[in-house]
Amino acid sequence: MNRRLLRWSPLAPATVLLLLFLAGPIGYCGYLAFTDTQLTGQESASFVGLANFRRAFADPAFRNAVVLTLVFTVVSSLLGQNTLGLALAGLMRRASRPVRALTGAVVITAWVLPEIVAGFLLYTFFERRGTLNALLEWLHLPTQDWLFTLPILAVSFANVWRGTAFSMLIYSAALAEIPREVTESAAVDGAGGLRRLWHITLPMIRRSIGTNLMLNTLQTLSVFGLIWAITRGGPGNRSQTLPVFMYDQAFLKSLIGYGTAVALLLLVVGALFSAVYLRLLREDT
Amino acid sequence: MRPTRTGPRGPAVAAGRRTVRGRPVLRRATRHRLAADAALLLTAAAFAIPLAWLVLASLDPHATLRVGLPASPTLGNFSAVLTDEITFTPMLNSLLICGGATLLTVVCAALAAYPLSRFRSRLCRPYLLTVLFATCLPITAVMVPVYALFVRVDLIDTRYGTALFLAAAQLPFAIWLMKNFTDGVPKALEEAAWTDGASWWQTLRRIILPLMGPGCGVVAIYTFIMMWGNFFVPFMLLLSPENLPASVSIFTFFGNYGAIAFGELAAFSILYSTPVILLYILVSRRLGGGFALGGAVKG
Repeated sequence: MNRRLLRWSPLAPATVLLLLFLAGPIGYCGYLAFTDTQLTGQESASFVGLANFRRAFADPAFRNAVVLTLVFTVVSSLLGQNTLGLALAGLMRRASRPVRALTGAVVITAWVLPEIVAGFLLYTFFERRGTLNALLEWLHLPTQDWLFTLPILAVSFANVWRGTAFSMLIYSAALAEIPREVTESAAVDGAGGLRRLWHITLPMIRRSIGTNLMLNTLQTLSVFGLIWAITRGGPGNRSQTLPVFMYDQAFLKSLIGYGTAVALLLLVVGALFSAVYLRLLREDT
Repeated sequence: MRPTRTGPRGPAVAAGRRTVRGRPVLRRATRHRLAADAALLLTAAAFAIPLAWLVLASLDPHATLRVGLPASPTLGNFSAVLTDEITFTPMLNSLLICGGATLLTVVCAALAAYPLSRFRSRLCRPYLLTVLFATCLPITAVMVPVYALFVRVDLIDTRYGTALFLAAAQLPFAIWLMKNFTDGVPKALEEAAWTDGASWWQTLRRIILPLMGPGCGVVAIYTFIMMWGNFFVPFMLLLSPENLPASVSIFTFFGNYGAIAFGELAAFSILYSTPVILLYILVSRRLGGGFALGGAVKG
């Protein structure tokens, strides 16, 4: 018995750290969300049941944040990173070596840069006096203040810029696993490029697609720094996704309880996605 | 014009069975390759524009928000930001917080990975599943309660408190990665040590940990990169300017866009990004393409 305990003792530091600093806050999240705690006056907090959640669902600003989060996730993760990543991975298999290396280096650099630097860079790109408008002027196309007219699309594109490398790497690995004979015999049988993609390539990498979509979505759900650096959720609340809304309510409006309720909803959505991801992994092995 | 120039190179590239089918196939392969090259170059150019701004603006004493060649490139922006207040203190804070947290993460993960990889128990699988589950949770969402909790236990605005939380947040993925590395270390070596009468602790220290060295290195570098770039956690948990790491100070110094010096912002961004880029190159060389790091990237 003693020996068994000793054997498992190396697990202790990690477990203690995880319990104290990860499980603890998650548990505390579950408690705070049902109180009316405010930033000032921790003592006066009382249990309010589901009031925070009722308030959230009746709050137009919350619904706005949910819609924007959906737009942000669909545009930047599902359509952007995922599709562009697959396209880049596919093109890279055909391209010549120097072009492949160059593109890989540029796209991966965008991914490795710290989030806040990426935010600054994309801010200068989309800003009214920035590079995008300079390019449009050069092409004699109408310019506009992108961060004012389409802030949510600007931050979505910023997220595509920053996150595509991840999908590209996943799909590169997945495509490399497809035996060349399979696609070649299909080509010999006269299947065109699109049909080969739809009937052979995509079914063969469907596991990677599932994994990639899950991880992208989870990552996108928790983007804060990028949006904060580019628009701070503005103008007004037109790029205020759920993490930004949560921060705004908890700290700028001092409603810790309400902000935590929103955080709990975000956490539950994240947990659901994680559970699906675990299922996908289990089918994998 | 271009196809004729690249034509002669076609057979070398599309060698093998394709040559059997004769020239038309070769030409089509070349055409495909050129189309792919063009599409990739276009994408790369689009991705490179913001990066080009970063480099050019850092050398331009009159940098604006637009990409443009500096009229008289200097290193003035770099010398302007290389002060205690702007660069050295925040970088040192980053190093202390991320370095300390990385050390803690790697030690805890290496210790935890060994029994999880070697011993059988009914609790192993649930533990690993929980860890994997925690890997995916959006950490952003727990920051509000973490803040409230840190205020209560008086860890708010302390660098070690921030490091402890960062370590805990990265730990699930580090354990997962480290367990996979440990699984790859052959068991025969330690069995030999066992038969020679070594205790499991001696085996761990003398045989396993040295063999896990490369794995530990990869986990350490990956963890450090993630922490170095993390903005939200120190943004929430640290308040006083002398405690802020570079990821947050860059924001407080330059965050109020109005009259800021864009050249200096670019110069500081380069200084701040260089360590992670170098580390990434180091680790991707070792792993051949860096794909293995793609496991879980989250904010």
